[in-house]
Amino acid sequence: MTDKLVHLTIDNIPVSVPPDTLVVDAAKQAGINIPVFCYHPKLHPVGMCRMCLVEIGRPLLDRASGEFVRDADGAPKLQFSPKLETACTTPVTEGMVVITNSQKVADARREVLEFILTSHPLDCPICDKGGECPLQNLTMEHGPGQSRFLFDEKMHLDKHVPLGELIYLDRERCIQCGRCVRFQNEVADDPVIAFSQRGRALEIITQSTPGFDSIFSGNTTDICPVGALTTADFRFAARPWELKAAASICQHCAVGCNIVFNVRREALQGGRMVIKRVMPRQNEQVNEIWICDKGRFAYHYVESPQRLTQPMIRKDGALIEAEWDEALDLVAKKLTAYGASLVTLAGGRLSNEDLFNLYSLTHTQGGQAVLYSYMAGGDLTAQVGIPPQTDLGKLGAGCVILVIACDLHEEAPLWWLRIKAAAQRGASLIVLNPRTTRLDRYARHVIRYEYGAELAALSAFQPQSRGDLPEPVRSAVKTFQEAENVIILYGSEGLGLQESKALAHACAGLLIKTYHIGRSNNGLVAAWHNANLQGAWDMGFSPINNLAETLSKAGVTYVVATDPAGDDPQLAEALQHSGFLVVQDILMTETVKMADVFLPAQAYMERGGSYTSGERRLQRFYPAVPPPGNTLPDFAITARISQRLGRTAEEQSPARILLQIAATNPAYAEMDYQLLAQVHEQQPLMGRHDLYYGGTTYENRQGLGAHLSTAASRVEPLNIPDAPPPPVFPVQEGLLTVVPTTRLYDRGSLLIHSNLLHQRLAHPTLTMHPKTAEAYQLSRGQTAVMLLEKTPYRVEIDLDEDLPHGIALLPRSVGIPLNAPQAVKLRPES
Amino acid sequence: MSEHYLLRHRSVPHIDRLDVYRSQGGFEAFHKAVTSLKPGEVIEEIKKSGLRGRGGAGFPTGTKWGFLPNTLWPHYVVANADESEPGTFKDHEILESNPFQFLEGLMIAAYAVQAQRAYIYLRGEFWQLAQALDQRIAQLEADGLLGEDIFGTDYSLRLFTHLGAGAYICGEETALLESLEGKLGQPRLRPPFPATAGLYNSPTVINNVETLTNVPLIIGRGADWFRSFGTDKSPGLKIFSLSGCVNRPGNYELPLGCTFRELIYDHGGGIVQDHAIKAIMAAGASSVLIAATPEALETPMDYETTLEKFGAPLGSASIIVLDETVNMAWLAFKTIGFFKHESCGKCTPCREGTFWMNQIATRIMRGKATRADIHLLENVAQQIQGKCLCALGEFSIMAVLSSLKLFAKDFEQLIKVEHDG
Repeated sequence: MTDKLVHLTIDNIPVSVPPDTLVVDAAKQAGINIPVFCYHPKLHPVGMCRMCLVEIGRPLLDRASGEFVRDADGAPKLQFSPKLETACTTPVTEGMVVITNSQKVADARREVLEFILTSHPLDCPICDKGGECPLQNLTMEHGPGQSRFLFDEKMHLDKHVPLGELIYLDRERCIQCGRCVRFQNEVADDPVIAFSQRGRALEIITQSTPGFDSIFSGNTTDICPVGALTTADFRFAARPWELKAAASICQHCAVGCNIVFNVRREALQGGRMVIKRVMPRQNEQVNEIWICDKGRFAYHYVESPQRLTQPMIRKDGALIEAEWDEALDLVAKKLTAYGASLVTLAGGRLSNEDLFNLYSLTHTQGGQAVLYSYMAGGDLTAQVGIPPQTDLGKLGAGCVILVIACDLHEEAPLWWLRIKAAAQRGASLIVLNPRTTRLDRYARHVIRYEYGAELAALSAFQPQSRGDLPEPVRSAVKTFQEAENVIILYGSEGLGLQESKALAHACAGLLIKTYHIGRSNNGLVAAWHNANLQGAWDMGFSPINNLAETLSKAGVTYVVATDPAGDDPQLAEALQHSGFLVVQDILMTETVKMADVFLPAQAYMERGGSYTSGERRLQRFYPAVPPPGNTLPDFAITARISQRLGRTAEEQSPARILLQIAATNPAYAEMDYQLLAQVHEQQPLMGRHDLYYGGTTYENRQGLGAHLSTAASRVEPLNIPDAPPPPVFPVQEGLLTVVPTTRLYDRGSLLIHSNLLHQRLAHPTLTMHPKTAEAYQLSRGQTAVMLLEKTPYRVEIDLDEDLPHGIALLPRSVGIPLNAPQAVKLRPES
Repeated sequence: MSEHYLLRHRSVPHIDRLDVYRSQGGFEAFHKAVTSLKPGEVIEEIKKSGLRGRGGAGFPTGTKWGFLPNTLWPHYVVANADESEPGTFKDHEILESNPFQFLEGLMIAAYAVQAQRAYIYLRGEFWQLAQALDQRIAQLEADGLLGEDIFGTDYSLRLFTHLGAGAYICGEETALLESLEGKLGQPRLRPPFPATAGLYNSPTVINNVETLTNVPLIIGRGADWFRSFGTDKSPGLKIFSLSGCVNRPGNYELPLGCTFRELIYDHGGGIVQDHAIKAIMAAGASSVLIAATPEALETPMDYETTLEKFGAPLGSASIIVLDETVNMAWLAFKTIGFFKHESCGKCTPCREGTFWMNQIATRIMRGKATRADIHLLENVAQQIQGKCLCALGEFSIMAVLSSLKLFAKDFEQLIKVEHDG
C-alpha cells in the first residue's frame, strides 16, 4: 500500500479509511447508516445493544506467504464469520467485505428491536424524546411493526426518578445502552452515575451527593437514545417538532460554545416566542458537541419579571417611564455639556458591535472607555495569542500546554474537557496553581506555588533560568524547553487586576523570548470571566485600577451591561459622587436604581451580534426571540446618542458595524458576517437526520466562526508595554489574607435568575486549611464577620486540608466585593 | 477404591494440613519449577501434557499461558473459583479438602508466567473457604513458600483471595476481572483478550481451580504420566460432578473418555427407583440435552465426542441425570429462570430474551399457553442465538432448543385445550 488507508467494501461500495476506524464509522463515511444505540462516536465502543450486527467477510490469508488466498478469478477468497458481528466494535481490515443490506442483517435488526421494545413503554405520545428519538426512528425503519410480547406482561418501573435536581430518569424508557454512564466516565471524568443491579433490573443510579453532581450532566440527555434522561428544564415542556432553532453562542464564559436556542410560541405566555431549551451545536474546534450545565440552564434571566422594557428618567428623585426621544435627548444634552468627562463602563457580555459603537461615542467625546473586569492582558493576547489554524481539539504530542493561576474546570469548563483530552492524546500539560484543581490529574507536571508567587513560579521557565532547580520544577522546565509548540493559558485564581496584568505580561514575555508566538498552536490564552472580554479589549476597552476614583470624578457616567453598585458598596458610593448617570441594561439592578436616565437594552438572544472568544475566535449569534416592549439593541441605543451629537453611527445592522470594525482593526480585517456563517463538513457527522448516531446535538449550519489573526501572526512589530510593577501580596499581622477564586455557579447577575441552578450556586464561604482556622479560632460551619473596606460581611467557614496554610479562599460574585487578594479582619459572629 | 490424584484427600487423610501435604511430596513440584526450571520450560511441560481447561471451554492450558506477551508487565494469574454452574461442585471439594494442591498449582502457574501477584476469585457463598484459604496462604508465607525471594531465588509471589457478590456471570472470565477490579460484574468486549489486556489492563492468565490442581501432578510426575490417563486429545483425569436422578450423586474422579454408562451406572449406582433414564445434561444448566439412548450412554465423555455426536459440549462435566418422571418443559423452565435471574443485563438479547422466555415458559407451566406460545418460545430462543455479547446468553437457550427438539411432547402435554372458533 502506498497510502496509510485501509480499503474495504461495504455493500459493494469501496471505502478507504484510516486504520483502526470502526466498521460503523467507515460505513457512515460511505453514506451507509448502520443503526446503533449504545455506540456513540465520541465514546469508547462497548457492543452492548447488538443493534449494529452486520455480516463481515475477511480475505483468507496464506500464513506462509502472507498473501491473500485467491480463487480462480484472482479475487481474494473470503471467510465469513458464522455469526453476525458488531459493526461498532470491529475495526476495519484490508480487503474486508461488509454486508449491511442482507436479509440476515435485516432480520437481526428487527429481532434486536423487538427485544428492546418488549421492555419499552408505549408512551411516545407524551415522551419528550418523541419526534427526535433514535429508538422511534430506528423502529420505524427496521422494527417489527408489531410486538409478540404480551402487553399485560410488561414490567412497570418508576417514571420520575430525579438523579439530581437537573436530570430525571424514566426507568421504563431506559434501554441500558450506558451512553450516559460512559460519557460521565470518559468525557466528563465525573463518574457519578452508574449501573446498578443486573438483568432486567439493571438501572442507572447516581452515586453522588448531591445527585448527579456534574457540571456536564445535561449532555447525557442529548446522547440518550430514548426519553429516559430528561432535563428538569425541558421535561414535558414542548414537543421537538414545535420548536424552531436559532443558532447562538453561549455567553457565560470565554469558551464561546456554539449553541442553539429552541423556541416556540407559548400559549400560556400570550402567544409570545419563548426559549424552551438550550442545545449544543457542533463545532469541533470549540465545544465539539458538548456544553456545560451553566450554558444549558442559565438563560432564564431573559424571561425574568425584572426585565426593564421602557426608558426611564429621574424626575423628582424617582425614575419615571419616558419615551426614547426624551431620554436620548437628555443624554445627548448632558454629553454636549460634559462630554470630555464621560466615563463609559462596559460589561463583558456586550457584543463587538455594541462595544464598537460605545467606544466610538466615548472616544469622539474625549471620554474614557473602561472595561468592568478584574482580568488584564487582552492587549497581549491580541498580539501574541494563538493564531488561526490552532485547534485545541487536535493538540497532542510535541505540544506543551501551560496552565497558570487557573481552576479551569470552574472558569472555562469546555476548555477543561478539551485540554484534558489533549493531555490524553499526548500533549504535555504543565499546571501551576497554588492549590489542587481538577486539571492536576491529567498534568505531566504539577507545580504548586504560594498565593502571590505566580511570577516567581513562572520565572523558572525563562530561558536563562538557573539549572539547579528543584523537582518537579526542573522536569517541567525541561519539558517546556523541549516543546515544539507552547500554549500558555492563564486564569484568575487568587489574582486581582494588578496581579493579572503582571502575570499576563510575564506570560507574554516568556512566549516571546522562547519564540512561541505567531505560529499555530503557540501563544497566550486568557480564561476570561465573560463571553466577550477579548472583544472588548479589541474594541478599545480596558480595565483600570482606580475605578471608584474615576467614577466619582466623571461628569457623565455611562454604565452598560454591568452592575457596579450591586457588586461593591465602594463603587455605589463613587457613582453617588459622579455627575450624570446613564445606565443601559436589561434587568433591574442596584446601578439602575441610581440612574438619572435608564435605557432598556435587549438581551443578546433578542438581536444579532458577534462575540470574540478567549481563543480569539470570532463567532456570530442570531436573534432567537423577539425583543420585549420598547427595548433596543445596545449598539442601536448608542448609535442614536451619537447621531444626536451630530455623528454618523450605524443603528440598524450589526453586520455593517462589523465591516466598520474590519476597516479599523487589522485582526478583524477579513471578517464579515458571511465568513462567520460559513460551514464545512465536520467529523464525526452529527445532526438532525443522524440522531441515532450522535444524539440530539445540532448540526452546525449557521457558521463555525473564524479565528482572528494576531499581531505576531501578521508579522507586525509588537507593542508590549513595560512590565507593570510587581504587585505586593498583602500580608498583615493579625489579619487574614483572603484570595478570590472563580466559581462556575457564582451568584452573577444572570445566573441568579435560574431557579434550576439555585441549589448549586456558591455561597459566601471562606475556605481555609484547618490549621489556619485554628490560628484564627474558627471552626467549620461557623459564621464569621469579615471586614472589607469597613463594610462587614457574613461568611461561613469551611475547611479544606488540601489548601495552603495562612490564607483563605473566597468565591467571586457571591455578594462580597473581593476581586483581589486582601488582608482582612475576621471575627467570629457574636 | 482406586487412587485419587485430584481428590487426593480421599486417598490421604488430612492432606488439607500443610505438614501432611508436604510429607506427601507437596510443594516439591513448585520447588522444582522455581529452582530448576525456566518459566518457558514449565509452560512447555504443560503444553506437552495436553492439559485442557477444566472450567468448561477445554482450551489448552499451556497454550493459554504461552499467549502472555513478555513485552507488557506486570503479569497476573487469577484462579477462577467462582464455581457457579448448576450441578458443578468439584472445585468446592478441592478447595475444602485438597487446598494445598490447588494453591501449589496456582503458584506454579504464576511462576510460569512470572506473575508476582495471583488472585483467587471465589463466589460469595464460598466465604468460609476464602477464610480457610487466607489462613493457608498465611501458613505458606510463614513457611517461606510465598513472599520475597522464594527458595533463595529472585522470584517473589503473593496470593490474595477475593470474594464475589453472588453473580453467576462472574464465572465468565472478563466479568470476573471486572468484579475483581471492584466494578459491576459485566463481561468485557473481546478482543482484547485477557492474555494481553486482563486484570488492570495487564496480561492475565485465568484458570479454573481444577485445572490448576492438575499442574503440580504434571510438573511433579511429568507430562507422560499425565497422558497415561484419558484420550489422546483429552488426556488426564477429570472430576465428574454427578447429580440428578441417580442413586449415588457426587464427585467422581475418572479418566476423560469414560462413558456416561460407566459414570451413571457403575459409579453412580444407576437411576433412583430403577426408573428409565430419559436425558442427560453434561454441562450443568448450560447443557444441550442428550437423549439418553443406549448409544448415547456408551459415548465417551471427552471434549470432542459429545460435541460431535450430539452438539453437546462436555463443559465443566457436571452430569445431571434426568429420568422418565421429569417433564423436559419443566426443565427448560427451570434453566430459563436461572439464566433470567443471572443475566447481567449488558446486552439486549440476553437481558430481554431471557426475561421474555421466562414469561412464556411460566405461561406454559401454568397451563395457560397455546400451541403458538411454544412456537414463540422456540422463536425467541432462536432470536437470542448468535447475537449475545458473551456465552451466558448463548447458553440460556441450549436446554430450551434441545428440549423442544427432542421432547416436544412434554411441552404439548402442558398446553391448554384449544377450543375451536
